[in-house]
Amino acid sequence: MPLFLRAVKDISDYNCHYECMFMAGINKMELLCPAGSMPALKAALENGADAVYVGFKGETNARHFAGLNLDMPTLREAVRLVHSYGKKIHVAINTFAHVRTWDHWRQAVDDAAAAGVDVLIVADVAVLAYAAERYPKLELHLSVQASATNAAAIDFYKQFHVTRVVLPRVLSMQQVRALARTTDVELEVFAFGSLCIMAEGRCYLSSYMTGQSPNTAGACSPAQFVRWDETADGGLESRLNGILIDRFAADETAGYPTLCKGRFKVGDDTYHALEEPTSLNTLDLLPELYREGIASLKIEGRQRSPAYVAQITRVWRQAIDHVMSDPERFTVADEWNVVLAGLSEGSQTTLGAYHRKWK
Amino acid sequence: MQFSFGPILYFWPRQQVEAFYQEVAASDVDCVYLGETVCSKRRELKFEDYFRIAQMLREAGKQVCLSTMTLLEAPSELRELRKYCDNGEFMVEANDVGAISMLAEQKLPFVGGAALQIYNQHSLRKFIGMGMKRWVIPAELSRDWLAELLSEPMVDSVRDCFETELLAFGHLPLAWSGRCFTARSENRAKDQCELCCIKYPRGRKVTSQDGTEVFVLNGIQTQSGSRYNLINQLKDMHGLVDMVRLSPEPKDSLLWLRRFQMNQDGTRPLQLAKFESNGYWLKLAGLVQVQETPERYES
Repeated sequence: MPLFLRAVKDISDYNCHYECMFMAGINKMELLCPAGSMPALKAALENGADAVYVGFKGETNARHFAGLNLDMPTLREAVRLVHSYGKKIHVAINTFAHVRTWDHWRQAVDDAAAAGVDVLIVADVAVLAYAAERYPKLELHLSVQASATNAAAIDFYKQFHVTRVVLPRVLSMQQVRALARTTDVELEVFAFGSLCIMAEGRCYLSSYMTGQSPNTAGACSPAQFVRWDETADGGLESRLNGILIDRFAADETAGYPTLCKGRFKVGDDTYHALEEPTSLNTLDLLPELYREGIASLKIEGRQRSPAYVAQITRVWRQAIDHVMSDPERFTVADEWNVVLAGLSEGSQTTLGAYHRKWK
Repeated sequence: MQFSFGPILYFWPRQQVEAFYQEVAASDVDCVYLGETVCSKRRELKFEDYFRIAQMLREAGKQVCLSTMTLLEAPSELRELRKYCDNGEFMVEANDVGAISMLAEQKLPFVGGAALQIYNQHSLRKFIGMGMKRWVIPAELSRDWLAELLSEPMVDSVRDCFETELLAFGHLPLAWSGRCFTARSENRAKDQCELCCIKYPRGRKVTSQDGTEVFVLNGIQTQSGSRYNLINQLKDMHGLVDMVRLSPEPKDSLLWLRRFQMNQDGTRPLQLAKFESNGYWLKLAGLVQVQETPERYES
């Protein structure tokens, strides 16, 4: 039966199947950590990541920043290292290919396959089709950039033999649960890191302001468009391509002008009209994500330092080990929250869309 | 060059919607898209109402398509989507690949909405192979990008199998979120939004602290702060854009249709207003406005 028909059936049918799976103890939850560089990759492995994800230098991935990502020789070295730990390496080739430079995306798939990576994370239908046809044995995961938020969309991508879907950060826990109970494709969710509040891959706010978006240039609110100006009273103004994103008083911490996290005016109020500068933190939801059979928890942050990756990985390793050993009695340790808050935007975290009230 | 009215993106009272389509029926627009594409809680009109309006417009000689939701999250939204896909009479505009799954089951042709992520020749061919008869170009693509794409041999060879459409007038849908920003602007939770969007028939303006209009809030959708207006670029669209879409506004939509129709060949250009933009088409940041000089008109 097509998945979207199953989606509308009473989910109680699936509860039974689900509990059986859970009781049988086949429910393993992967900790998937970001690696923008070899030192970050080592930090992730040494601190307990089950898998790491990387990208190539250039425009083929959604973290196209200067000084970040791997070239082909480094990728080969990374694959050797990851496999020596008995872990997996995923490569994100998750932007949308351009017309004249399509070969860059095709080459990225060929290179990743040649390097012996375990998984490709892909969003573009063209790249999915190429990878599925050319490398049928290579595992394909649907990138968050593809914006698959429902069972019918997941069904669509099955034609490319996608075995896992990374869910956008717009779904509530209730919606994640409903999906988990209706699809036989593995689900991966974002567990921690920068909070993107829009359906990824369908957000053009960045190109509206700067001409460059994640889809067209592999970056949101690109750094070359950022300008900081001091104000007369000792504060700071942040601008993106000339547009005022936020004003900070002298005693306020000024954050990067990601355009959806600025303070704007709506009616008579000036506030974070779209989102506060906070980070996503799903520690509190861990038992529920585990119970729903979520295959993988993704830590955002290929642009982060090795030290950041080490600390985050350590906390999440402990948390996942706890929940897998005794999901019923899992509690969030205070010291985990202290570490995570210290690594968060504005030292604040949120459950984001997973928590209905956030919406 | 054909002209269309896109779906009404804002939440208007039922009478206003009915009145608008009565006017549209009497206009000489070629094609009309109907349906709620933003928020499934907006139910001033139900499927049956849209279906009835679609029949009325068809009798008035219009081509009619039923447009569908862009961000589909709940099983109930898929059930509603299925009604549109199973309507049996009108072509559907798929704004999410979930709709394509349903339509492909019945081998039905469809219009591929602007939120589908089609950026290159290989993707375009795949979607055409699935039954896409008309492709609405993503908002952020420029004329150059489109021209390059259409000139690729693998696209050119099937050019008579599909049409292209471009949203050329209106505030551009730029993002969709799990969060409702209009409810947030009224300090309400999404679950208790009380459908407050209905108070803002043009959405809610978001301005920077120094007064630039940056966005328009339309429920879970964020739109461009400026109104996209490519009236002076129509002459450069021939051969590239088969259908030009105007997004309905509470006032003057039909007046703008006539203005667009009269300037198809660039003989009746208009000075853009301060709050309008045309950057995306010109390969610039979307919010940029390039005011064409008389010299450029002659070139």
